[in-house]
Amino acid sequence: MPEPVIRVLRGGALALILLFFLFPILWILLMSFQTNADILRIPPRLGFTPTLSNYVALLSGKLATSSGTLDITFLRNLGNSLLLSVASVAASLVLGVPAAYAFARYRFRLGESIAFTLLSFRFAPPLLVLLPLSLYFQILGLTNTYGGLIWVYQLITLPLILWIVRGYFEDASPDIEHAYRVDGHSWWRTFTRIAIPLARPGIAAAGLLAFIFAWNNFVFALVLASADKQPVTVGALAFVTAAGIQYGQIAAAIVLSILPTLALALYAQRWLVEGLSLGAVKG
Amino acid sequence: MSDFTLPVPARRWRAGRLLPYLLSLPSLLVCIGIVIPFVASAIYSLQRYNLAFPTGRAFIGFGNYISFLSDPSFWNTVEVSVIYTVATVGIELLLGLAIAMLLRERTFLNNVISVALMLPLMTAPALASLMWKLMTNPGFGVLSWAVSLIGLSNFKWASDPHTAMLTVVLVDIWVYTPFIMILLLAGLRSLPPAPFEAARLDGVPARFVFFRVTLPMLSPFIVTACLFRLLDSIQQFDIIYAMTQGGPGDSLMVFQVGAYLDFFQYTNVGRSAALLMVLWVITYFLSDRFVRQWHKLRERRQGHA
Repeated sequence: MPEPVIRVLRGGALALILLFFLFPILWILLMSFQTNADILRIPPRLGFTPTLSNYVALLSGKLATSSGTLDITFLRNLGNSLLLSVASVAASLVLGVPAAYAFARYRFRLGESIAFTLLSFRFAPPLLVLLPLSLYFQILGLTNTYGGLIWVYQLITLPLILWIVRGYFEDASPDIEHAYRVDGHSWWRTFTRIAIPLARPGIAAAGLLAFIFAWNNFVFALVLASADKQPVTVGALAFVTAAGIQYGQIAAAIVLSILPTLALALYAQRWLVEGLSLGAVKG
Repeated sequence: MSDFTLPVPARRWRAGRLLPYLLSLPSLLVCIGIVIPFVASAIYSLQRYNLAFPTGRAFIGFGNYISFLSDPSFWNTVEVSVIYTVATVGIELLLGLAIAMLLRERTFLNNVISVALMLPLMTAPALASLMWKLMTNPGFGVLSWAVSLIGLSNFKWASDPHTAMLTVVLVDIWVYTPFIMILLLAGLRSLPPAPFEAARLDGVPARFVFFRVTLPMLSPFIVTACLFRLLDSIQQFDIIYAMTQGGPGDSLMVFQVGAYLDFFQYTNVGRSAALLMVLWVITYFLSDRFVRQWHKLRERRQGHA
């Protein structure tokens, strides 16, 4: 085929691909600025007067319906998502970075099997652990507590941080640390002054990805949290039932829920590629 | 991977031997608490255990598993899960590979497009399901309207047992194709340029280059991406639960959704645990293969560097 034809075909294919993958996000974004009357219009129209009423209702927590006003706890869900994700990632960094260093720098008995056990949690069916845990949490008094949830969220964030950061420690040459130790510095100083700064890009990528995974998680909180501790993923599902036909508010709630991860992804896109492949491929 | 062999005094050396254990112990302890419920699941799966009838709880050996063999709803779960997994991973692989080939060259435009395509992957799958639910609403959904334009006026998407699978597979493709695309794009761009230049100088046809050079060189990346997606897809819960909770009827009753409903709706802990153990055996073999493949890929890359 001649070169211009190929170029046109290629452009057409890419346009179709972009349409398929970006249209849902754009469409929900448009819906969130529409009144219910605009949303229900068939055929759909692009020309409408944008309104902020959906967002106002969500942020003020009061939803006016035909049968009186309804309280919306959506802002609380947003706050829960933020708290759970930030706290889980922070805990995982404190626990995981030293462990990743140990796995990368020392060959020790059981080391590899401990590392594999930790990684295998990432791949086991989450309900296998969550369902018995929902029974135990009642006994332990951890049901519907932030502490209990953050602990269980380690299942998502810790393996990710462990394996990505481990790769970065392995890639950095131990010679510099070696020289610093010979200079008479303590192990702890070497770890904090040399090893961690060298692995900083990996730690940042892993932390970011862990945050996104924690934010997007659904099943953990569905099983273990009740309404006041639920993050946006579970809260939005409940909101759909509560809001009924207030489709504009549902769209606005979805936009607010996915905005943080999308923004983070755009900001840090070049690190994500490495993180997503657990550091197996470097672009 | 290298040991620290420093000339340090004997006392410090002993502390040094303990150090790796001390460093990894906190992580391990946190996760041990999570191993206990796992063992509990294995034990529950060997029991007749219904929360509604606590007195009937008894050890019945492999009873739950044996009853699966003659249980049509178990075989329905297997069938639905396999169809879902094969359909999603198969289509995502073909589509992801095609997109990666299109975006292969490092131009500004290609980079912008590949970043834009990452957005669905960053969307929570449960929320992605809600987005598609709004778009396929029979009353006002833009996709319901779009299919009516091509003559399918009574297309009910997820509320019809015949098209429910299609709907959730579509959502899965929307969310996860970018994952395969990103991995294969990184793989393509890391391939050595020499064989491709040689093929171009010799005037080798593009199709031949693709099947005989590109695909074989890319195959470790393809296997890694596929194993990873297979592992996730056979366990899919979020997309299906948020869309239809396994319905209509039992048309989307995959493993984890079935186990969830067994536990919370029918309070049948024993059956739920047995179902999850079957799923765990499948994922264990897949994850073992995946980790080995991942190690191979890393070693190859370190070998090149």
